[in-house]
Amino acid sequence: MKELIVKTCVLRAAGTNCDRETAYAFERAGARSEIIHINQFVSRTRTLNEFHILAIPGGFTYGDDVSSGKILANELKYNLFDDIRRFVEQGRLIIGICNGFQVLVKSGLLPDVAGDCEIEASLVLNNSGKFEDCWVYLKPPRPITRCVWTNGIERVIYLPVAHGEGKFVVKGNTVLSLLKENNQIVFRYCTPDGSPGPFPVNPNGSLDDIAGICDPTGRILGMMPHPERHITFFHHPHWHRCSERKQGDGLNIFENGVQYIQKTILTQESGDISQVADNANIKNQMSK
Amino acid sequence: MNIWHIEVFNKEGVGDVVGLQLLRDIKELGIDGVERVCFKQVYLLEGEYSAGDIEKIAQRFLADPICQEFSVESLDEKAAVLPKDTARTHTVEIAYNPGVMDPWEETIGKGIIDLGCKEARSVKTIKKYVMEGSISSETLDTICDELLYNKLIQHRIRSSEKSDIEFLHSIPEYTFSLITVDLLSAANEELLAISKNAQLYLSLDEMKAIQAHFVRLGRNPTDCEIETIAQTWSEHCCHKTFRAAIEMEDRQIDNLLKSTVMKVTKELNKEWCLSVFKDNAGIIAFDEKNAIAVKVETHNHPSALEPYGGASTGIGGVIRDILGAGLGARPIANTDVFCFAPFDIPAQEIPGGVLHPRRIIKGVVSGVRDYGNRMGIPTVNGAVLFDKQYLGNPLVYCGTIGIMPKDMCTKKVDPGDVIIAVGGRTGRDGIHGATFSSGELTSSTKETLSGAVQIGNPIAEKKVLDVLLAARDRGLYKAITDCGAGGFSSAVGELGEETGAEVHLEKVPLKYAGLTYTEMWISESQERMVLAAAPDKAAELIELFAKEDVEATCIGTFTDDKRLKLYYNDNLVCDLDMEFLHRGMPRVRRTARWKVPRKTPLCLRASFSEYGSFILKTLAHPNVCSKEWIIRQYDHEVQAGTVSKPLVGARNDGPSDAAVMRPLFHSRRGIAVANGINSKYGIYDPYWMAASNIDEAIRQQVAVGADFEKIALLDNFCWGNPEDPYILGSLVRAAEACYDIARGFGCPFISGKDSLYNEYVSDRKKVSIPGTLLITSIGIVDDVGKAVSMDFKKPGDYVYIIGETRNELAGSAFCDVAGLSGGEVPRVDVARARITMEKLSQAIRTGIVSAAHDCSDGGLAVAVCEMAMAGEVGADIDLGSAPCFSDITQGYEVLFSESNSRFIVSVPAESSGEFERLLGDVKFGLLGRTKAEPDVRFISLDKAQNITLTLADIRHAWKSTLDWQ
Repeated sequence: MKELIVKTCVLRAAGTNCDRETAYAFERAGARSEIIHINQFVSRTRTLNEFHILAIPGGFTYGDDVSSGKILANELKYNLFDDIRRFVEQGRLIIGICNGFQVLVKSGLLPDVAGDCEIEASLVLNNSGKFEDCWVYLKPPRPITRCVWTNGIERVIYLPVAHGEGKFVVKGNTVLSLLKENNQIVFRYCTPDGSPGPFPVNPNGSLDDIAGICDPTGRILGMMPHPERHITFFHHPHWHRCSERKQGDGLNIFENGVQYIQKTILTQESGDISQVADNANIKNQMSK
Repeated sequence: MNIWHIEVFNKEGVGDVVGLQLLRDIKELGIDGVERVCFKQVYLLEGEYSAGDIEKIAQRFLADPICQEFSVESLDEKAAVLPKDTARTHTVEIAYNPGVMDPWEETIGKGIIDLGCKEARSVKTIKKYVMEGSISSETLDTICDELLYNKLIQHRIRSSEKSDIEFLHSIPEYTFSLITVDLLSAANEELLAISKNAQLYLSLDEMKAIQAHFVRLGRNPTDCEIETIAQTWSEHCCHKTFRAAIEMEDRQIDNLLKSTVMKVTKELNKEWCLSVFKDNAGIIAFDEKNAIAVKVETHNHPSALEPYGGASTGIGGVIRDILGAGLGARPIANTDVFCFAPFDIPAQEIPGGVLHPRRIIKGVVSGVRDYGNRMGIPTVNGAVLFDKQYLGNPLVYCGTIGIMPKDMCTKKVDPGDVIIAVGGRTGRDGIHGATFSSGELTSSTKETLSGAVQIGNPIAEKKVLDVLLAARDRGLYKAITDCGAGGFSSAVGELGEETGAEVHLEKVPLKYAGLTYTEMWISESQERMVLAAAPDKAAELIELFAKEDVEATCIGTFTDDKRLKLYYNDNLVCDLDMEFLHRGMPRVRRTARWKVPRKTPLCLRASFSEYGSFILKTLAHPNVCSKEWIIRQYDHEVQAGTVSKPLVGARNDGPSDAAVMRPLFHSRRGIAVANGINSKYGIYDPYWMAASNIDEAIRQQVAVGADFEKIALLDNFCWGNPEDPYILGSLVRAAEACYDIARGFGCPFISGKDSLYNEYVSDRKKVSIPGTLLITSIGIVDDVGKAVSMDFKKPGDYVYIIGETRNELAGSAFCDVAGLSGGEVPRVDVARARITMEKLSQAIRTGIVSAAHDCSDGGLAVAVCEMAMAGEVGADIDLGSAPCFSDITQGYEVLFSESNSRFIVSVPAESSGEFERLLGDVKFGLLGRTKAEPDVRFISLDKAQNITLTLADIRHAWKSTLDWQ
C-alpha cells in the first residue's frame, strides 16, 4: 500500500541556513521532511516528483552576491523550471521564506499576476540600508486571501524578520492592483492592533506594507518573516512574561500546507480520508 | 578575448540607499559640499562573449529588472582613461587589489554558467561613486580615505580599468629554485637581521637554537624550514609568555598557564570536562549523548588595520576552530566582544595611520554581521567597552559554541593516513608581509602588516561546514584541524606531531599561479581545513565534498618517521625533526614587577536630589547603554534555538544577562552563554579586575537559571608588551586571580587564548592597551522552560537585592560620568560569593523568581532601572534596605557601587517567604515592590528624600547614546 504521509523537500544550496528548522517545522506539522541539496535535482539523482511540498528556506544562497536569491533563482529558472511548473500544476505546494521568497520572486514564480512567470516584483535593500533582526506583527488582509497556506489565520500574528533585502517593490501600478484584485497579498506588516505604521512596524519600507504574497493558484507562498522561528512557545521573544503556554504563531502555516496535501493529493491517492487523518494525528502526538 | 564593462545602477525614482547612506556619512565627517551621491556597481567580465551574451548576462543576472538599469561597453572601445571630473561631478572607482580575493568572483562565475554562457576567464567587481557638488580634490581624497576604501585591500582606479585587469594576468609563472638561508656562519647580529628581515619575530636565543640544530645536521636550512619553525614557535601558536619561566618579584613562576588557569581545571577534575586545553576548543558534556565545544579567539591587529576584513576573518577563524574540535562540532552560537576608543573623539586627536573609532566600530560590526549571518550562526551575546587607550589597537573577541556527539571529541592520526586539504584555495592573501600589491600601492602600504589582512568568504566556509558534518557522521575521516595562523605549516605540523608527515606542495590547489613552495606552505588563506583520512576512505570523502562543489585534495600522507618532509615536484624543500620543531624551542625567561598602586580617597559632594541626573547619565554611559544598534544587525535567532534572546522584555529592548540556547529541537535542555569584562578595574588592580570578570560571567549564568554546579569558563588575555616587566606583572596578577577565584567558585577553565603586544606606537609615544581579560562562561540549563529573564513581570512583586554592597566605586561607570577617580575597586569574597551563587541558583531553578538581573556596570541603580524599563513595570526602591558593609555612608555609594556577587531579583509576593527561606544565611534585603505606575522611585538612606525617574526618561537615556542610523 502506498505510504500516506506528506513529504516535504527542504531545498538547500550553498549558503542556505534555515533548512534544519524549516524541516523541523514541517515535521511538527505532521509531514516528513528531507533536506536536499540542489545539485541532487540538477544531476537528476533525485526528482521533485517524490515530494508534495517544496520549501525554499532562509539563508544567503551563494552569498546573496549580486542580489539576494538571484543566483539560486536563475539556477531554478534555467535548470529546473519545467519540473517546478509541473509540480505546481499537479496541485503541489511551494513555500519560500526570507531568502526563499527572494528566490521565488526573482525567478518569476511570484507574484506571476500575468501567468507567464516573467519577473514582476523584487525584494531590495531595506530602507535602513542594513540587515535587521526584529519581531513584527502581521495581518492577513480582508477579504481573506486565496492562499491555502494561511487558511483560518485571521488575527494578527507575531513573527521575526531577519534580512537586509526585504523591501518589496513591483514593476508598476498594474501589478499592485492585480495583486490586490486577485487577493494575492497574504500578509501586511502592522501594529499589534492591526493598523499600518512606519518603521519599525514596516521594518524594510515594503510597498503597501507587503510582507508576503502568493501566486494566483494560492499554492505558492513567499514571505519575508520566518514562521519556522515561531513554532513553539519558547520562540516568543518574551515568553517569560506569558502565562499561557501555547504553540507559536508560525506553526499554523506549516499545518495548513500539510493538511491541504492530506485533503487533496493524499485523499485522492488513498480514497480513505480517515486513514490520512489518523496518520496526521499520530505524527502530531509524536512530535509533542 | 574581450573585457566587458557592465555598469548597474538604480532607476530614477527608485531611491539609492547606498548613495544616501554615503551622503549621510560624508556629512558626519563635517563635509558639506557634496549634494548627491549615486552608487553604481561595475562588473568587469573577461571572456569570449558576444555583445548578445553580455546583454543577456546583464539583463537576466546582474541587474534587477524592476529597480535597476545597466550600461554595457567593451573595454576595447571604452576610452582608456577615466572621464575627467567636471567641477560638479566627481567619479571614484574602487577595486580590490590584485591578489585579494574578490568574494563575488566565484558566484558570479557560477551565475554566468547557469545562464548557458561560457565560463568567464576573470571577473572583477568595482564600486563606483558619482558625487555631485563642489568639493576640492583634497576633500574628495578625504572622503575616499575615510569612507570608501582601505589601501590594504583596495585601490582607486587611476589610469584605466583595462590596465587594472591586465595587471592580474601579468603574474609570472613560478619557476622552482631551492632557497637556503645561510645560518651556519652567521654571527649574532646577522641572526637577528635574518629574523627581522624575514619577519620571523624570533629572538636571538631562538635563532641560536635553530643555528645549533643545523650545525649538528651540518647544513643550512631552507627558507621553508626556517619559516615553519618561526610559525610553530610564534607567540600565537605556542604561548611563549604564558609558558615562560617568570621571575615575579621574589618568586619564580615556572609556567603561568599550568600554575593558574590549567591548575584550576586539573584540581577540580570535573567528569563533565571532556577535552580541555589540548584541542582547538574546550569540550564539555551536554547530555547523555552530546557535548558542547567552545572557543573564543581574538583578531585585534587585523581589525585595527582593516576592520571589516579583520573582524569577518576573526569570526570565520573561530568558527573553524569549532569545526576542527574533536572530529568537528556543529556551530550553534557566536558571541562577540569589542573594545574600542570612544566614538566621539575629534578627528584631529587621531594619530597618523589610525582609523577613526567610528569607522572601526562600523567596520567591525558589519564584518561580524556579514560573516556570522551568512554562516547561519546566531550571534547571541556580546559586550562593547569604550576606553581611549584602545584608540590605536581595538580589541575584537570572537567566540563560537558548537554541539557534537560525545563520542567524537577526540581525533587520531595513524601513519599511512592521507592528508586532505578542504575548502578554499591557497593564495598570497595572508602571507605575513609578502603582500601582493599593484605598483601604486607599494609606496603607501604598510607592507609588513598587510599580509595579515584578508576578506572572508563565508559561503565557502558554509559549504565546507555542510559537507564536513555529513562526512564526520559517516566516519570518513579520523582527524581534523583548521588552517589558521601558519596555514598548512601549523595544521599539518600539529596533526603530524606524533607521527610525521610528508606533503607534496605542488598538489595544493592555488587561486592563481606564481606562489613559491614556501608561500603555499605558510599562506593563511581563509576557509581551509585539513583532514586525516584512512587511505581506503579518501576517495569517498573527496567525492562527497565534490557533490556540493567543495574542493578536497590529497596533498600528502602521515608517516611514521616523526619527520616533517615537504616536496615540490620531487624536490625536498623541508626536512625537519618533529621533536625539534615542537620541543626544541629554548625556554623564554621573563621578569615581572608589580607595584601596589597608591590609593586615593573618592568623594562626591552632591545632594540626593542630584543623583537622579547621575542615574540617567550612567544609563547613557557608552559601556552601559543599549547596544541595540549592533544587536539587531546580527541574526540572533537563526537555527530557531535562541530561547532567551539578547534583548528581552515587554518591548524586546531589555538587556539580557546570558543568552539561553536550546540546541536540540527534541530536548528542553539548554546552554547559557555570558561574558564578563571590565578593563577599568585593572587600572586599580588587575587581580580584582580578573576576579570581578569571573564573578560577572558566573553571575549572569546564575541570573538566567543555569546550574551553578556546571559552569565552565574561558579566559582570554589581551595585554601589552610582556617584555615590559610591569605589564607582565599585571598579567601575572590577573592570571593568579583566575586560579584563586575560579578555584573558589569551583568553576573550571576549559580553553583560553592570549594576545600580547597590543600596543600602538604613534609619532611620539607608545600607547599600550589596558590589560583586558575577557571571561566567557558556558552553563547548562536543565530545562529552558525555567529560564528567567531580567524584566520585571508585574506590579506587586517583591524586589530584593542579593549580596552585600561595599563602598567599591573605583573604575565604576558612575565615576566616569561624575568625573571622579580613586576609591576602592570591587573585590570578590569568593567563599561567600560561592554560597550566594549556589543558593540563588537553587532558588531561581525552583521557578519562583519572576525576574533576575546581575548588578554590574552602574550598580544597583542601573540594574533596577533596566529591569523596570524592560518590563514596563515601575518600582519603589528603599536604598536603606540594601545590606551594606560598614564603609557605606552615602546614598550614591549604594546606588552606584559595583560590588560583585550581587543581584536584583523580583519574586511574586506569595512566594517571598519560600524565596527567603531558600536563601538561608545569604545576605539580602527587601528593597521594595514593583508597581503599575511607570516610574522608579529611589528612597534615600534616611528615608527623608526620594528621586523619581519615569520609565520614558530611563528608556530615552539608555537608548540614545548608540542610536545610530
